[in-house]
Amino acid sequence: MEKNKIETGLSSDAKKEPRRVVFVTKKASAKVVGEPGPQLMTYPHLLIREAIAFQVLVIAMVLVALLWDAPLEQLANPLLTPNPAKAPWYFLGLQELLHFFPPFVAGILIPTLVVIALVVIPYFNVNVEGEAIWSRPAQNLRIVLVTVFLLLAFLAVFHAWTIFLPTALVAALLLFSYTARAGENGLLQALARKPVSWWVMTWFIAVALCLTVVGTFFRGPGWSWVWPWRTHVG
Amino acid sequence: MATSFQSVLQNLRETKVWKSIFRRGPANTNRTRSLAVFGNLFLHWLPVKVREKSLRVRASYYLGSISFLLFIVLFVTGILLMFYYHPATPHAYRDMKDLRFVVSNGVFLRNLHRLAAHLMVFAVFWHMFHVFYRGGYKPPHEFNWVIGVVLLLITLFLSYTGYLLPWDQLAFWAVTVGTNIISAMPFVGDKIRFLLLGGNIVGENALLRFYVLHVVILPLVAFLLIGIHFWRVQKDGGLTVKPKDDDGKE
Repeated sequence: MEKNKIETGLSSDAKKEPRRVVFVTKKASAKVVGEPGPQLMTYPHLLIREAIAFQVLVIAMVLVALLWDAPLEQLANPLLTPNPAKAPWYFLGLQELLHFFPPFVAGILIPTLVVIALVVIPYFNVNVEGEAIWSRPAQNLRIVLVTVFLLLAFLAVFHAWTIFLPTALVAALLLFSYTARAGENGLLQALARKPVSWWVMTWFIAVALCLTVVGTFFRGPGWSWVWPWRTHVG
Repeated sequence: MATSFQSVLQNLRETKVWKSIFRRGPANTNRTRSLAVFGNLFLHWLPVKVREKSLRVRASYYLGSISFLLFIVLFVTGILLMFYYHPATPHAYRDMKDLRFVVSNGVFLRNLHRLAAHLMVFAVFWHMFHVFYRGGYKPPHEFNWVIGVVLLLITLFLSYTGYLLPWDQLAFWAVTVGTNIISAMPFVGDKIRFLLLGGNIVGENALLRFYVLHVVILPLVAFLLIGIHFWRVQKDGGLTVKPKDDDGKE
């Protein structure tokens, strides 16, 4: 380690030599996985880094806040519905979903399932080791192909093209990584070593991102498709 | 100059008053450096020592810390904005106009609050995805992940309740669209919507309810959960360091 790092351990003013009083076994709750590796003192090493990160961020935010004004439209008027009426950007993915599916499915069922899925991730104790999806190529390829086909067919039936597209892209990446799994080390080989959970989350993020971007920039009156660079009469 | 400043600081740290405030002298040994952390109310939820690897930018991009900083910025600017705001119609909208044209730096204050709010939603999402890809939810961090998911929902709800407060067309219709979705819930949808809005339409009662949620209830819950979230990071053994991070160095 470099000289100016303040390492942990005994220093000159330690009161006495520490000695082990209790041995925490693996079955005990307080377990820390993995080798700790070299450690540094929180004061000053962590605190100085956080202080710098905070200062940079605050300066950047002040600059943006000086230059970019928050929007303010006319006084709220229940009798004058804007077209389209849009929710905040982080809910526009949901609003885009509402375009394809009935309100109960898009507005209640899917968000509830997403939240439940997020909560159970750490308790879903399959494949803790993070075994690669193509560790059993023949068997998993069949499952993947059937799942992808059913999913894409379902989305096509509902004309949900803004979900179809990111799903197809992620599926294509997954199948490319299958064909390249035995090759030299590269991006596709790295993808081939990812577990199923990685692929599911990546698919989720791709779909959420696509829906949000489309809902924010590409939807106009009556939730019709518009190109953001073309001015239109609203 | 620098050395004289440092020596002044050094002398200051040896004084009785300094020691009475900080409960310690200068942090020049590992014992006093530890005291600087766990002897300080505002730092005591941090570990005294951290893994060198978890300090690397790649390990976290400081997204959790940044989310918290944004929360603090929102807290401070939000309190200042409360001095100029009446949660009633149509005063709320007039207050927005006052912020722009009457209050000194009012528009800057509102810009900063709004910017930090959007950034916080963004940072919290990114934080969650990053923790997922790092495997940070794995034992013993399971429950802290769950708290994190709840904090994400609270962040969204905080932002959403704040969205109504300017009481302009943007606010009114965004909240109308959102709360209409609740009606799609079977059996209890309309009742929950009524409870949230204090009526059947987005009106004065809804504004008051969203205001109370936005400035009292949700921030309190958020503060509590953020405290637990930070404390659990320390208790669960710090940030997850992937085996891959061990490459090269050792």
